Amino acid sequence: MNSVGAKPTPDLNAIGQAGSGRGTQSWAFLALLAALVLVPLITTEYVTQVVVLPVLVLGLAGLGLNILTGYAGQISLGSGGFMAVGAYAAYVLAIHGGITFFPLTLLLAGVIAGLVGWVFGLPSIRIKGFYVMVTSLAAQFFFEWLFLKFPWFYNYGDVPTISLPPMGLFGLDINGSYVIKYYFTLAFVVALTWMASNLIKSHVGRNWMAIRDMDTAAGVIGIDSKKYKALAFTISAFYLGIAGALWGFIFLGTTSVGSFQIDRSFQILFIIIIGGMSSIRGNYIGAAFIFLLPLVIDYFAKTFIGDTVSPGVLSNFQKFLFGALIIIFLIKEPDGIDKLLRQLMGRVRRWGRKRA
Amino acid sequence: MSKHFTSIAAAVAIAASSIMSTGVALADGMTQYVPLFVYRTGPYASSGSLWFAGERDYFTYINEVEGGVNGVKFAIEEFETEYNPDRAVEAYERSKGGKDGSPTAFIMTHSTPATYALMDRAREDKIPLFDPAGGPSESKNGLVFPYVFPLLLTFYGQGSVAVNFIAEEFGGFENLKGKKIVTVYHDSGYGRASQPVMTKLAEKYGFIDVQIPVAHPGSEQTAIWRQVRAEKPDYVVLRTWGVMTPVGIKTAKRFGIDTTRMLGDVWAGSRADMIPAGDAAIGYNAIAPYPGGSDFDVHAKLKEHVIDKGLSNLENSDADFGAVFYNVGVVNAALAVEGMRIAMEKFGNRPLTGEEMLWGLENMTIDAARLEELGMTGLLQELKVTPQDHEGGGAARVQEWTGNGWNLVSDWIAVDDSVVDPLIEAKAAEYAAEQGITPRVVD
Amino acid sequence: MILFVETLIGGLLAGTMYSLVAIGFVLIFKASGVFNYSQGALLLFSALALVTFLEMGLSFWPAVLVTMVVMVILSIIIERVVLRPLANRNVMTLFMATLGLTYVIEGAAQGLMGSEVRLLDIGLEDNALFWGDILISEFDLIVACGAAVLVIALAIFFSKTRIGISLRAVADDAAAAQSIGININRIWQIVWAVAAVVGLISGMVWGARQGVAFSLSLVVLKALPVLIIGGFTSIMGAIVGGLLIGAGEALAETYLGPLVGGGITPWFAYVLALAFLFIRPVGLFGEYKVERV
Repeated sequence: MNSVGAKPTPDLNAIGQAGSGRGTQSWAFLALLAALVLVPLITTEYVTQVVVLPVLVLGLAGLGLNILTGYAGQISLGSGGFMAVGAYAAYVLAIHGGITFFPLTLLLAGVIAGLVGWVFGLPSIRIKGFYVMVTSLAAQFFFEWLFLKFPWFYNYGDVPTISLPPMGLFGLDINGSYVIKYYFTLAFVVALTWMASNLIKSHVGRNWMAIRDMDTAAGVIGIDSKKYKALAFTISAFYLGIAGALWGFIFLGTTSVGSFQIDRSFQILFIIIIGGMSSIRGNYIGAAFIFLLPLVIDYFAKTFIGDTVSPGVLSNFQKFLFGALIIIFLIKEPDGIDKLLRQLMGRVRRWGRKRA
Repeated sequence: MSKHFTSIAAAVAIAASSIMSTGVALADGMTQYVPLFVYRTGPYASSGSLWFAGERDYFTYINEVEGGVNGVKFAIEEFETEYNPDRAVEAYERSKGGKDGSPTAFIMTHSTPATYALMDRAREDKIPLFDPAGGPSESKNGLVFPYVFPLLLTFYGQGSVAVNFIAEEFGGFENLKGKKIVTVYHDSGYGRASQPVMTKLAEKYGFIDVQIPVAHPGSEQTAIWRQVRAEKPDYVVLRTWGVMTPVGIKTAKRFGIDTTRMLGDVWAGSRADMIPAGDAAIGYNAIAPYPGGSDFDVHAKLKEHVIDKGLSNLENSDADFGAVFYNVGVVNAALAVEGMRIAMEKFGNRPLTGEEMLWGLENMTIDAARLEELGMTGLLQELKVTPQDHEGGGAARVQEWTGNGWNLVSDWIAVDDSVVDPLIEAKAAEYAAEQGITPRVVD
Repeated sequence: MILFVETLIGGLLAGTMYSLVAIGFVLIFKASGVFNYSQGALLLFSALALVTFLEMGLSFWPAVLVTMVVMVILSIIIERVVLRPLANRNVMTLFMATLGLTYVIEGAAQGLMGSEVRLLDIGLEDNALFWGDILISEFDLIVACGAAVLVIALAIFFSKTRIGISLRAVADDAAAAQSIGININRIWQIVWAVAAVVGLISGMVWGARQGVAFSLSLVVLKALPVLIIGGFTSIMGAIVGGLLIGAGEALAETYLGPLVGGGITPWFAYVLALAFLFIRPVGLFGEYKVERV
């Protein structure tokens, strides 16, 4: 029960595969990046700002949780709480701290969230597995209460919603056009993902996986598991915090604790399970799936069922279907979409070789 | 590769591509597209489903009986949000551009958090947000918040009406001196929103204002009401929401608090709040900018043309026709229709844009004669909306629960603007400064 | 002093309502290692079904019986369709599956039976009883007695009946139990059915208190800290955990609340649970190797 993210066999074969297909992979990556850069130019405002942008941000949040759960093996249901810490930290920095250079605000907010994550990770040294999850729930509810309760966090407004004052970005207003918002987010997400990917390939990542796969044994071979667990909580919260601030101010514009409740934690967890544990791009795939699925269901329900049933039944049916699809997915594809893609790419490659 | 995944992926791809290509097809040009942000599932569905039914029934009535507003019929599309502002943002972006050739003239948010989340976007896109008896109180100031309409009664106003009613109960404002009014509130922005007004009024009239929070969802309140009892209140105001209301009333009764000396605010005064409380709720009062009941003239029209023809959106029209939330919906839809009608006088009988609708709403006057024509005398207050005043009315009645229905016990009680307006002005100025907004100048 | 005792007793009694919900979790976790988040949705479903049958004209006890049958059938379906295909998956996947199940059940419940708030009258009045100067809720008192009866019944079921003994065998060592011919799937179905019936009972109690509507589903969040304190594998633990949380919450709201602005119940229970976790990481009654009913 110790390591929930663990798979029966460590993810060695994935690493090997990545090595053998590096050429194809980096091409695929560049193509994807190019496509993302083109999004605002070739699609509509709606697609850019309400489909691709939130998927990027949720994917980043998934990455944060994946570092903790997928790589270091600690389950958390507190993702929403740490996202809230990031959002409120950014607001407080801007309003009370006067830091209105947005990239700096964002990074500092991430650092604050990271420190908070470190504190809430301390119990994990004593507590294991399932019960760590419960600790994270305590964090979740504590933050929901904290940010509602003390008006300082929302600048003494009547209503605890927060929206940033005009923020600078080299002379541009970040709240200005959706194109600026989009490119800003994309740049941040790409940079942070690149950092995470390097971190995971380093000795830090290897030690995390050792702790995940066999906590006690990791200690025997000389890994300071306390230190690395604490580090995982800190970095995870750093990513979640930045994702929270992006979600609140870039995607939503105006936000409140309501955006970061326990449902959000569940959503992030779904993202990494569906996308693929211990996988970087799995986060973004999972985010796309989880965020778009309700929209797709809504579209189909309206198109094909439409007025034949009452709207109440239709709404509830959509919820039913979402749950059912999640269950089917967990049964049929236990390792997430990323694993599938990997198999698919392997097949394409073999096919290519045969032809050549 | 499993078949399931393939089929799901294919479905996602198809739908994604079709969502992306939401081209605007030109129709006959005589329908007005109205997106409704609904929550028919989740914790708030119990009140929401009645509310949306009221709106849809009124729109159906206009479409079927009056042939639309000057010939322009409504095309309604619902977007499920589960009361989640994040999903409202997505729905807003999907619907703001209109549909089938019709622009989006206004959006009914049905939720204060959603109104907050959409405020900035709506200003940018010039689409009025409808949130009667909700929204930010300071958005009454239409110069700073041009596209937000907290029609009828703001949250601040609700506090003021409560105190005015309680004063009446005690036989005059002079008798408020030294009295203790305890407000039990939902520990959220909504619950706290009337506090500044209560503080001010306590200073003005010399009563003692005690505020006690209850954490969401409030299904266990023994400790709370023990505190309330210890305060020995002269009157209790409930600013609660959802199960917090019936559980609060029941627990209050157990602690020997007189429920006839309890006043619920707008969102703690519907049938759904009273039914689970059973007999404990008899004699409980609630503020009602939208009173319950099905005896108003408009209900006769709806009954004849919508309910009896089987066109109603209500699931259970025997029990819920005339429920408070149903009437909320009827009134909201009627306000939208009136706004359109006025805008059409200036812009012509065709589907309207958000900016045109704004003009209509800001020039909307509904006097006693017009109320009579609408069949809404007693159900809706007289309104005069201006660019400076997006509330328009600022009054509510008080209704008393009899055990199976509401009994109106007061006429329209007006807000004390001399106390509320300065607070609203200050808040609006603060918001304008924080967000760098220059208030608009209207001639 | 009177205030303290009254708060304490009120809290303890309210705590038994949390225990009721927690027992449903314990049963399922003990037998199958599944942390069943959908317990709250099951509770909602059962209460809604009961109200619907009552509205259809059945009288009280027949309606309860029919609802029980419905819940048992539902449990069998869940075992077949969701749990059996996921056997031997890790804890997290199973937990996520029950989250999915929560959406399914909530959607089905509200879609089929409506979303309005309904009154459920189980014949209990929420009156005040006085013991000296101390005010006690009659409703809570009767519920507490009911919970006691339920726990005794469950204890007898698990220690005296054949099924109960097989269940304990499965909980101890599933492989060994299987090798002596116990049908594990069967046992899971039975446990889910019993948990669903416990859900019905908690649904009735909570439904009578706050009305039958979606919010019943949220009661689940109240049960989690109870489980942390009591351990996930002990019914006794669920009872004691519930009492501790109930009393702790009431005392905290009364004495600590005013100091920090009140409304602290949602996280206080978790903090209390956390404190216990530091002292004993498997809960008060949980054992490092699963045992005890």
